[in-house]
Parts: sequence; C-alpha cells; structure tokens
Amino acid sequence: MKVTIWGCRGSMPSPGRDMAKYGGNTSCVQVEHEDTCLILDGGSGIQELGNALDPDTPVINLLLTHLHLDHIMGLGYFKPFYNPKCTVNIWGPRGSNESLVERLRRYFSPPFFPVRLKELPAKINILEIDNSAFEISSLRIQSEYICHPGPTVGYRVECDASVLCYLPDHEPALGSSDFPHSVEWCSGFNIAQNADLLLHDGQYSQKGYERKVGWGHSTMEDAIDFAQLSRVKKMLIFHHDPLHSDETLERLFEKSTSNKEFDFKLDLARENDTFVLD
Amino acid sequence: MSSREIEVILSRQWADSLSTAVFIVDPEGNLIFYNEHAEALLGLRYEETGVMPVSEWSSIFTPKDDEGNILPAEKLPLVVTLTDRRPAHGEFWIRNLKGSDYKISVTSFPIMGKPDRFLGGIAIFWKNKAK
Repeated sequence: MKVTIWGCRGSMPSPGRDMAKYGGNTSCVQVEHEDTCLILDGGSGIQELGNALDPDTPVINLLLTHLHLDHIMGLGYFKPFYNPKCTVNIWGPRGSNESLVERLRRYFSPPFFPVRLKELPAKINILEIDNSAFEISSLRIQSEYICHPGPTVGYRVECDASVLCYLPDHEPALGSSDFPHSVEWCSGFNIAQNADLLLHDGQYSQKGYERKVGWGHSTMEDAIDFAQLSRVKKMLIFHHDPLHSDETLERLFEKSTSNKEFDFKLDLARENDTFVLD
Repeated sequence: MSSREIEVILSRQWADSLSTAVFIVDPEGNLIFYNEHAEALLGLRYEETGVMPVSEWSSIFTPKDDEGNILPAEKLPLVVTLTDRRPAHGEFWIRNLKGSDYKISVTSFPIMGKPDRFLGGIAIFWKNKAK
C-alpha cells in the first residue's frame, strides 16, 4: 500500500514562500494498491492529484471524512470528474436531515460552483457510510464517527497486514474525561489502534488551543498522546494551521517533542511525501 | 478493550460538566457512567462500582411511590426509555446507600446516533425533598 500526501494544510489553502516545505494545499491523501485508486478527502490538493493520475484510470474511490469546505474545495477541479469514461465512487457521512448527495449538491451549484453535480461527465456513485466496514478491491475500510463538529468520520484502511489510519480533523481530548489514559472513553481509538501509519490532526499550539477548545482540532501534544495511547508505529502531524509558516511548524514540533522519548516514529506531514506500508 | 461510540463519549463529557445528577446506560441497560452529582445523591462512587447491570441499579435504591409501594423496574423512567426508546419522566422516592430518603424527579431520553442508531439512554435527576 503506497500512501502519498497531496495536501496536509488545515482550514484553508496557504500558498507562499514561507509554507513551501510543508505545503499549502488542504487535505488530500492518495492510497494506491495494485490497480485500486483510493483518495482520502477532496481538499485543494486533489487538483494536482487529478492532473497526475493516469487519464485511463477507470474507477476512483473518494472517501470523504466530512464536508467542511477545506475537505471538499478541490472537487470541482478534479480532472477525472470531467472524463466520461471514469467512474468515481464517493463515500462519506450523511447529515442529520440531508443525504450525502444533497449536501454535495450544495457545493456543486451556483453561486459556489458553476457546474452542477448531475452535469459532471463522469459516472458518479454516492455511497453513505457511518460506523461502517466495507471493502474496496482488496482494501478493507473501517469508518467511525469521531470527535469533530458535524458528522465526521475517520478511516482505517487495511491492506494485508498493513494499516493506515486517517484522522485529519479530530479533537479526542474534548470527548474524554481523562485523556489520554482511557481507551474506553477516547474517540478514534478503535480505528487507530496499532496502525502502521497514523495521519492525525495537530493544528494548534498549546496557547492557540486555549481559545479554540471545541473547534474540533488538536494540539501537537494531544496528537502525540493519542498516538501513544493507540500504540501506532508512526504518526504524522497533519492539518497544519494555515497561519503557521514552515519555521513556526518546526519550532512548535521541536517544543512538543524535545527531551521526550517515544516508542513510535513521529514527524510533520509534508506535501508530496510518499510512504510504502508493507 | 475498545472505545465507546462518540455520541456516548460526548454524553459523558457533557454529564461531567453539569451540576445536575446524570446516569448514562448502554442499550442493554448497563449503567456505564454517572457523574459526581449523582454520586453525592446516591451515596456511591463510580470509580468503586464501575459498570452496573440494570437488575442492580433499578433495585439498589429501593424506589418507592408516595404510598411507600416498591416500584417495579419497568415503571422507572430510564427503563421505559430503554424498552420503548422514548423520553420518559417520573417522580418517586429512593433510599441512597447512606440510608437517606429522597424524593427525586427523573427525566430520561434515548441516545440516538447518526443516522438512526440506538446507543442507550440518559437520565437526569433532581432531588425534590428529603424525609
């Protein structure tokens, strides 16, 4: 299973010289295994991914964690949607009163976007999930609601013995009375446990978080604690704050990790990084 | 050990932050959490009891009506909520584990997760008067 990061910025795209190392595109991760094409979220990073895909790719599976704008803003610019020979299966959670297709239509309609969902040339299949387990070719997928405003799921992707967990927007400390000590009362644990690679929200500094408790995101420290509790092998801090330059990100990372020992690998997610999980 | 559903986790967080006594039960009726104010009212501590089956929590406080008749479990609001998956309300007497008698009001409602998953029930209760 090959994992490529096409966008790891949170909230809104942040282009510019100061953000060049970790990248300014919002959430989008590609998972490749044999002929299976799986994409996690449709943030602005999906535009470049769409341009890089083989134009003859017959089926693309797009798994959305939720429908906040930074996770779907790239969809209108995703090239395979305009290829009539391509089938795109879109998986995601429904709203309380609206189906997934109704929610997607709100984005694919004026004044937000000139092309309507039904006008896209590709064959689009919309598939609603909640706490679900399903298979896409030989990939086994598990989705589960997690702590973030609005209906939001995280994903666990298993391929043979390797496991990827994707929790780009997640605030486990909010939903747990004694975080990070209780597995039973910790959002996201079921899908993250023993993952080979965890991509986890770490948007805030400790100081920044104090004013944003309940907004659905984590500090780098909480992300690290969550990874420790979940006994993952490697964790990449994801969903970087749009105002954090490369220098700021590295300073915060250094502050969160200095003089501490971890029994897993730890780094900042970076656009265009690729990982092969055996 | 696995984690509970996010709706239940957040229910506990909400209960933990209230100054009102709260019970949370799973779909089978097991009492999976009660907050500090419930501890004070009932005279027991969650840390000591842990999870309690419905047969135990529905009788341990000897619920009685105004005439002193023992209330059967199926008459308790939270049991009604679990059985019928609907809100329920009631007033009755209990004797807590320290031997004090209180009249309490209880309102209970089901925890329904998206899209339509029954995840248990929540009961909020108020102490009306003591004997």
